[in-house]
Amino acid sequence: MAEILVLVEHVDGEVKKVTLELLTLARSLGSPSAVWAGPGYSAEAKARLAEFGAEKVYVADAADLHDYLVAPKAELLAQLVSSAAPAAVLVAATAESKEVAGRLAIKTGSGVITDAVGLGDGFVAEQSIFGGGVNVRSKVGRGTPIFAVRPNATTPEASTGAAAEEPVSVSVSDAAKVSKVVERVKEEKGARPELTEAAIVVSGGRGVGSAENFSVIERLADSLGAAVGASRAATDAGWYPHQFQVGQTGKTVSPQLYIAAGISGAIQHRAGMQTAKTIVAINKDPEAPIFELADFGVVGDLNQVVPQLTEEIEKRR
Amino acid sequence: MNIVVCVKQVPDTATERKLRSDDKTLDRDAADGVINELCEYAVEEALKVKEAHGGEVTVLTMGPAKATDTIRKALAMGADKAVHVVDDGLHGSDALSTSHALAQTLKKIGFDLVILGSESTDARMGVLAAMLAERLGTPQLTFARKVDIDGSSITIERVTDYGFDRVQATLPAVISVVEKINEPRYPSFKGIMAAKKKPVQTFGIADAEIDASVVGLGGASSEVAEFAVAPARAAGTVVKDEGDGGSKAADFLVSKKFI
Ligand SMILES: Cc1cc2nc3c(=O)[nH]c(=O)nc-3n(C[C@H](O)[C@H](O)[C@H](O)COP(=O)(O)OP(=O)(O)OC[C@H]3O[C@@H](n4cnc5c(N)ncnc54)[C@H](O)[C@@H]3O)c2cc1C
Ligand SMILES: Nc1ncnc2c1ncn2[C@@H]1O[C@H](COP(=O)(O)O)[C@@H](O)[C@H]1O
Repeated sequence: MAEILVLVEHVDGEVKKVTLELLTLARSLGSPSAVWAGPGYSAEAKARLAEFGAEKVYVADAADLHDYLVAPKAELLAQLVSSAAPAAVLVAATAESKEVAGRLAIKTGSGVITDAVGLGDGFVAEQSIFGGGVNVRSKVGRGTPIFAVRPNATTPEASTGAAAEEPVSVSVSDAAKVSKVVERVKEEKGARPELTEAAIVVSGGRGVGSAENFSVIERLADSLGAAVGASRAATDAGWYPHQFQVGQTGKTVSPQLYIAAGISGAIQHRAGMQTAKTIVAINKDPEAPIFELADFGVVGDLNQVVPQLTEEIEKRR
Repeated sequence: MNIVVCVKQVPDTATERKLRSDDKTLDRDAADGVINELCEYAVEEALKVKEAHGGEVTVLTMGPAKATDTIRKALAMGADKAVHVVDDGLHGSDALSTSHALAQTLKKIGFDLVILGSESTDARMGVLAAMLAERLGTPQLTFARKVDIDGSSITIERVTDYGFDRVQATLPAVISVVEKINEPRYPSFKGIMAAKKKPVQTFGIADAEIDASVVGLGGASSEVAEFAVAPARAAGTVVKDEGDGGSKAADFLVSKKFI
């Protein structure tokens, strides 16, 4: 079966959920080969990749792949595209991996499609564009097709693969070592799932009223094991860090469930969450545009509704 | 310092955006063209760099004739001059083609620093800066929320999922900016008047030595096979909180098996 390369997303040696989704997707189209780039590879990582169907694991753990921005990873993948001649390359549609995909496309003379929300027979990609207004099916017409697939495009399903290891020695060129990462700063908020990956996202907007009051949103999120998001009004006000902004200039999320509290539903916000499967809105203004999208809406004060909802969830689980 | 800022005209997100039924490309005539929001931040950053380090700011855009409106907007903010890459053969270009055309033009006009928005509101690919860096063989410093230049050394704070990375390189370089980096200025009346007299040079495919076979509809390496307007979300249930709103929402979540 045709080999499909899947670039592994990992943090502190742990394989991220989106990679399990990509392996699941790759299995439906061919034989998945995971590509591990950077330090941190371990027996646990291998086991995880095997569990979700990786037949091969290319391991390139050179530090250069981690220490310089984007270009070294594109070099590694270009090398593998040339040696393994895969049918396609799949990466997660994260900011960084999309850049890797873009550079790889140039190196290999291939077409690239970003932000796919589905990928089917004949490598036809589905995309949702214009803030969810139009659905598109597109194809790559040149080279080895490269797809950046959004988290939550598929549900990961386990199915054991051989995960045969193949060490890859890359000598990253000097040209690719020009943007050096000199420091990585974590501005993290607890142990919640990552925003773009989370199955459930609870977001707060201007209606939350203050940084302190975001604890109301966080408590609801924690009762559901959800990630916390925020509108731009909330991040601009400094109530919540910028990396949690959902929308046109923030993160795009496609969770199973999106709960918006105190968010009006401006077009720029909708652009980042419109592909959520189920949407719940809590807003005191019955005319708020967010209600046009909501599968379930409560017109009311979030300071009453959200804590009650949290309490009910804790009671019922 | 020779600063080039890449700006893109996009359809206004507040209007309905469509694809053309004939060639399945973006219908640029159907909607009002406006400057891509993040490109305003790129222009502002270019002006800030010029104010701190001297030099000149050139606006570079590729797009149809009506993209001159967008060029004028950037000039009114304070950029010095502009280059407009315009040619019927460019219609239907994808990201790979656009990056080729812009890179060829950049080689012609020269640069110390190229500044882009990190993403456009129509394509939303967020790959162009990386592609330009690849084609030009220069460092990429992308998704910057802060830029510091000291002589030929440039350092940015790149936003990440967990916070930020500090990334360092030497000029010339390609950078892209996120909207937390600055607050774009409004053009003054004087700026708007002055913009009318600032030089705008136009480049066709041949002028910029663009390879015509890799741009436009024919040169695109990906294509839209089919498209459809997304079905409207079915109208949901909206209830008024009468002291039981949270509880009703919980009932809904139970019915959908989230709890
Ligand atoms: C370049 C650009 C990029 C942008 N990018 C983004 C983006 O990425 N993401 C984004 O979100 N926005 C973005 N925006 C901003 C967007 O246009 C809106 O301004 C923003 O989404 C509004 O946030 P909000 O809904 O929280 O605030 P508002 O629009 O002020 O809405 C607050 C809502 O809270 C309700 N409310 C108030 N108090 C309560 C209460 N006690 N209980 C219940 N409800 C209450 C109000 O009825 C109101 O509907 C962008 C704008 C620009 C120009
Ligand atoms: N046709 C174009 N002309 C000039 N700059 C462009 C063009 N297309 C994209 N850009 C730049 O690339 C950025 C990212 O665009 P994109 O990769 O399309 O999301 C934009 O913010 C612009 O700075």
